[in-house]
Amino acid sequence: MTAATTGTGDLAIRIRAVDKWFGAVHANRAADLEVVRNEINALVGENGAGKSTLMKIVSGLQPPDRGTIEVNGRDVTGWSTAEAIRAGVGMVHQHFMLVPTLSVAENVVLGREPGGRAMFDRAQAIRDVESLVASSGLAVDANRLVADLSVGEAQRVEILKTLYRGARILLLDEPTAVLSPPEVADLWRVLRRVRDQGTTIVLITHKLDEIMAVTDRITVMRQGATVARMVTKESTPEGVARAMVGRDVSLAVQSSAAQVSADTAPALEIRNLTVRGARVARAVNEVSLAVRPGEILGIAGVEGNGQSELLDAIVGFRAAEGGSLRLGGADLTRASVRARADAGLAHIPEDRHHRGLILDYSIAENLILGLQHRFSTGAQLDRAKIRANAEQQVRAFDIRPTDPALAVRGLSGGNQQKVVIARELSREFSVLVAAQPTRGVDVGAIEFIHDALRKARNAGKAILLVSAELREILTLSDRIAVMYGGRIVTEFARADATEEVLGPFMTGARRDGAAA
Amino acid sequence: MTLLLFLSQAIRIAVPYLFAAGGGVLAERAGIVSLSLEGYMLGGAFGAAIGAHVTGSAWAGLAAGVACGALLGSLHALCTIRFRADQIVTGVAINLFVVGITRFFLQLAFDSSSNSPRVAGFGGEGAGAWALAANPLVWLGILTMPVLGVVIYRTTFGLRARAVGEHPAAAESLGIRVSAVRYAAVIGSGALASLGGVYLTLDQHQFTDSMTAGRGFIALAAVIFGRWDPKRAGIACLLFAAAETLQIQLQGAQLIPSQFVAMIPYVLTIVAVAGVVGRSTPPAALGRAAD
Repeated sequence: MTAATTGTGDLAIRIRAVDKWFGAVHANRAADLEVVRNEINALVGENGAGKSTLMKIVSGLQPPDRGTIEVNGRDVTGWSTAEAIRAGVGMVHQHFMLVPTLSVAENVVLGREPGGRAMFDRAQAIRDVESLVASSGLAVDANRLVADLSVGEAQRVEILKTLYRGARILLLDEPTAVLSPPEVADLWRVLRRVRDQGTTIVLITHKLDEIMAVTDRITVMRQGATVARMVTKESTPEGVARAMVGRDVSLAVQSSAAQVSADTAPALEIRNLTVRGARVARAVNEVSLAVRPGEILGIAGVEGNGQSELLDAIVGFRAAEGGSLRLGGADLTRASVRARADAGLAHIPEDRHHRGLILDYSIAENLILGLQHRFSTGAQLDRAKIRANAEQQVRAFDIRPTDPALAVRGLSGGNQQKVVIARELSREFSVLVAAQPTRGVDVGAIEFIHDALRKARNAGKAILLVSAELREILTLSDRIAVMYGGRIVTEFARADATEEVLGPFMTGARRDGAAA
Repeated sequence: MTLLLFLSQAIRIAVPYLFAAGGGVLAERAGIVSLSLEGYMLGGAFGAAIGAHVTGSAWAGLAAGVACGALLGSLHALCTIRFRADQIVTGVAINLFVVGITRFFLQLAFDSSSNSPRVAGFGGEGAGAWALAANPLVWLGILTMPVLGVVIYRTTFGLRARAVGEHPAAAESLGIRVSAVRYAAVIGSGALASLGGVYLTLDQHQFTDSMTAGRGFIALAAVIFGRWDPKRAGIACLLFAAAETLQIQLQGAQLIPSQFVAMIPYVLTIVAVAGVVGRSTPPAALGRAAD
């Protein structure tokens, strides 16, 4: 621990030596946390470092197996959510805890409804929420159905929920993961205001720029334990990253944009593609784009603007309603998933658990999914060949643990993703569709995956990158297109694109029309 | 006069559906699948026969029947909430269990494998409209859905039950005791649905083996056809009952085979679930045990 000790009287939260197991997983190992009243304290660490678990313990969702929790100097170890709420502890979860079929007002007052014991006073609920909206600056219409809200609005409802319950300690789990840059700026404004009104805030995040910009103090966790505590003003992003990973990492936005002549024939060409979504008729609306060999085209945008449907249509999971898709000159608009793969399409899916891996299969088996015909003689799988392939990939992609017979379920997010990437890059492909390639992946693995993508690009592959992380888009892309409301609203060369330039397009505040 | 006859017959048929569908809406809105409505009804019917037989009072029969329904509801709740058993399997098991146990006690109590002796009941003699209007359960049945609508949409309990059925983790995180809400909803569901069976026994003045004859499943169809909304489910019950009445009245005419008319509720439900009459979205957490 670094020297940032404070008198225990000023502490809003004090956690000592907390252990928590989930089955065989040791999520917290003697973890400590001290949060000074009236400060914004970042809780940082790689995925699986035990941050969320620790916050769930504080908010009463999980009891610790060992250790003590004090809130405002009172021992509250093992309390219930109801007790935590009564004591003024509010948690905003990473995955929103909202009931989509209820209105904003109903969601906010749920569990503490105005009215008598039996009847629910809806009018009073709406009045209460409206006055809270006015005092906090969290703008949202109390009468709307939560299902109809944007992600940013839904998050405001989450914060309103905690404020309605009189929260003086606010726990936020990765609040910016799904927000556009202007929404993030709004959130920081509100959080500073709330802090200045006397609230203590714990912010779970792994985005270093956020940590440096808004927090007062930083607590770093690694592998379930607390490894460092710093004052934000006295620390550097590199120092925080080193504490998170346990070694030096490069953080610079390295732009090594490749220049590909516009005359080069595109490897992937999409024209006026229209795709029906689950809820909207035109989730992808007349999208045209082209990716040439040796370049990375990044698609920036807030999630839910048609990226998933576009990816599905390219890979062949979802039929296009209109438009065409060509791969190396061949029309594949109506081709099957297998035909597209055989034509040279590799795909890193956005949700590796859903589409990228079979969690109970071994590393070796996952490494040949979709390639099994290359590892079999007749109807029989060639075990020796599969094992040799696995050993080689595990070494090349630094997959840990290194035993290819282990089930993928037991791997960390970063290593699971490396399995997906190793498999896709081992195909014979000309076009790679990489969706959220580093989602839920730790800092060290991000660096590795980015390098792998750059190498593929330099080897002459055409890469379409879709990511909700603007920073990732800026780091990797040679050209950047922004998707909003199912359309490509603008496109920039890498040199002309910055967060400030792209932000307004991502929220729909600006649009150039359908630039191709 | 024919219209009055038609209406009174339709209402007579609709009342058990209304009770059972009401029970179905209540439990399913809180996230527990109600395949056991048939069992609740049959249990209620048998309880009513015992109660009325022992005391000679129809009201005591009603109380005993509802107690049986609540007890069966508690069993379903215990299995699915406390022990997190599969809700569909548990529901089917309860239905089979009730068929068996009522048969057993029928033999034991009344020394018969087919029916109880005549017991006290509600309603006047005959099948006319006046006999119907004299039965308090008919009025209770008609009131079921409007009252349930108020419970679900206007009370604190209803708000919490809907939250628990859609997103139990969210409700839990706000300090709502998900299990408690679900227990209340499922036990209430058993009690309410059992009234459908109670009505059958007290209307016919006797219990006969397996007398509910699949009515619980038609009620479940009404719940789904009515998109888990009390008002719509009530209308579905009336619609199904009207179709059935038509079938009975047309039976003499032999226009179409009666089996086809009997299929109407199920065909309509398949049509509804297939999305022809607008989207039919069940509560999101239906069938899933809370973590």
